Amino acid sequence: MTSEEGRGADAAAIDVAYVARLARIDLTPEEQARFQRQLDEVVAYVRKIREPDTSGIEPTAHAVAVRNVFRDDAPRPGLDRGEVMANAPAVVQGLFRVPQIVE
Amino acid sequence: MAEPVNRALPTAHAALARLRRGECSSEELVRDVLGRIRATDGGIGAYLWVDEEDALGQARAADARRAAGNEGRLLGVPVAVKDVLNVRGQPCTCASRILRGYVAPYDATAVARLRAEGAVFAGRTNMDEFAMGSTTENSAVQVTRNPRDPERVPGGSSGGAAACVAAGEAVVALGTDTGGSIRQPAAFCGCVGLKPSYGRVSRYGLTAFASSLDQIGTLSADVRDAALMLQVMAGADCMDSTCLDAPVPDYGAALRDDLRGMKLGIPREYFVGGLAPEVETPVRAAIEQCRALGAEVAELSLPHTEYAIATYYVIAAAEASANLARFDGVRYGRRARAESDPMTMYCRTRAEGFGAEVKRRVILGTYVLSSGYYDAYYLTAQRVRTLIRRDFEKAFAHCDALLAPVAPSLPWRLGEAADDPLKMYLGDIYTVTANLAGICGMSVPCGSSADGLPVGLQILGPALGEEKVLRVGHAYEASASRPAAGP
Repeated sequence: MTSEEGRGADAAAIDVAYVARLARIDLTPEEQARFQRQLDEVVAYVRKIREPDTSGIEPTAHAVAVRNVFRDDAPRPGLDRGEVMANAPAVVQGLFRVPQIVE
Repeated sequence: MAEPVNRALPTAHAALARLRRGECSSEELVRDVLGRIRATDGGIGAYLWVDEEDALGQARAADARRAAGNEGRLLGVPVAVKDVLNVRGQPCTCASRILRGYVAPYDATAVARLRAEGAVFAGRTNMDEFAMGSTTENSAVQVTRNPRDPERVPGGSSGGAAACVAAGEAVVALGTDTGGSIRQPAAFCGCVGLKPSYGRVSRYGLTAFASSLDQIGTLSADVRDAALMLQVMAGADCMDSTCLDAPVPDYGAALRDDLRGMKLGIPREYFVGGLAPEVETPVRAAIEQCRALGAEVAELSLPHTEYAIATYYVIAAAEASANLARFDGVRYGRRARAESDPMTMYCRTRAEGFGAEVKRRVILGTYVLSSGYYDAYYLTAQRVRTLIRRDFEKAFAHCDALLAPVAPSLPWRLGEAADDPLKMYLGDIYTVTANLAGICGMSVPCGSSADGLPVGLQILGPALGEEKVLRVGHAYEASASRPAAGP
């Protein structure tokens, strides 16, 4: 983090075009420019989280720590297949149809 | 400008009393609600979907159940549901294009528990897309107007739920609160909004936004209705391992008319610069009213408040980016026409299906979780979250509940913050802390500005301290309605 801070705020700047690709979202050139400007501002703001001293502080993943929650391993009916598949955009023989993945 | 719309429906508990005495039927009550929706919702836009025949069918079934001597704690009471919660056989679109046409194949646990007690599910209410926003302007479907001033936003993300309760188009409504999405619209519209503690109500069947912060709660006309609804929904659920297996107290018994013996804290950091005087004045008056009701009131400090917004937007965006990965055009929702290869299908489906705010948050969340930035953002935010949680633990060691404003400003004008995300995020300063800490909170109307815009008093209680929050809210509400009868 020290070297990053040494290179100034731009070192950690968000590259919206690249991250949108990771997030599997196509952006129009207009969206890309607008989100870049808006998210630059947001990212600069959220760097505030580095101000307080957090050394030795445990991270909180959930506000209420619960561990090893089990339920009885009892069979019970699942969702109705027809109702579930009715929400799918493309179905073949009761299965989800997708574009070819393996050549 | 249209006239402000005011409420002319009974509360759920008043309606139940009439139903039980046989003074009205559920069918009549539901007809009243449907009539109100038809008469006023054209100018408000609170509902996304209403099926009159289905609602009346449920109401007649409730009347038949009562006639058969089979009571229920909500038998015959219509409930409006935010479009993010699954009600079997009804649409659930999260006000997003990507889920247009989706029909829920099952009931959320909260919905199933209300249904078992006889509730009638009358319609789906508007919201910010996937609950991301503070004005309901991020809905991909329609604008919702504030019933108290149609030129202003109802707040969000449960803006439709708050507006329909405030406008008397719903007896009571379900909402969800990830960073203030119940409390803030309740304050903006002038109704009661209860966000239970994290883990108090099962999240099964709630379309996840930020799983460590989301919680289901209610928008209602009074505190007693909030207690009644929570009573039915709260408690362990094998379908949500984060739902706590803690006893559910009798919330109705917590409602008393005085605050004697209670210690209430006023967090200094919630009254600093940025708080509008039109909000501060009624909130300060409400605090004095609580003192007059017998509470001991003292200032205290929540020193890490200034980091809450930054912490929240890192964590919420990170969790949203993971949760919304499921919307890929394969199993449900819409798929873009281009199907040449999976990558193109994903990218175009999400480009066409998500609105601007959802895209921004998914991109932000992907960024803070991406290689090289995880420690700097996400892990650091989780550490600051611990500091914020500890602030509250220390505060609640000395007092029963905290009193504060809900939002720093009066309801915004429509369009005022629509394309300025950071400005909108900063308005969540007083509400995101409760979600980060997992504690409970409620907004109760505490008067109006000079222009007649509603202001909310926020009551924060410790984790699983809903009885305290409800007690304070009820005592304040009862005293506020006592002296000055309306015109």
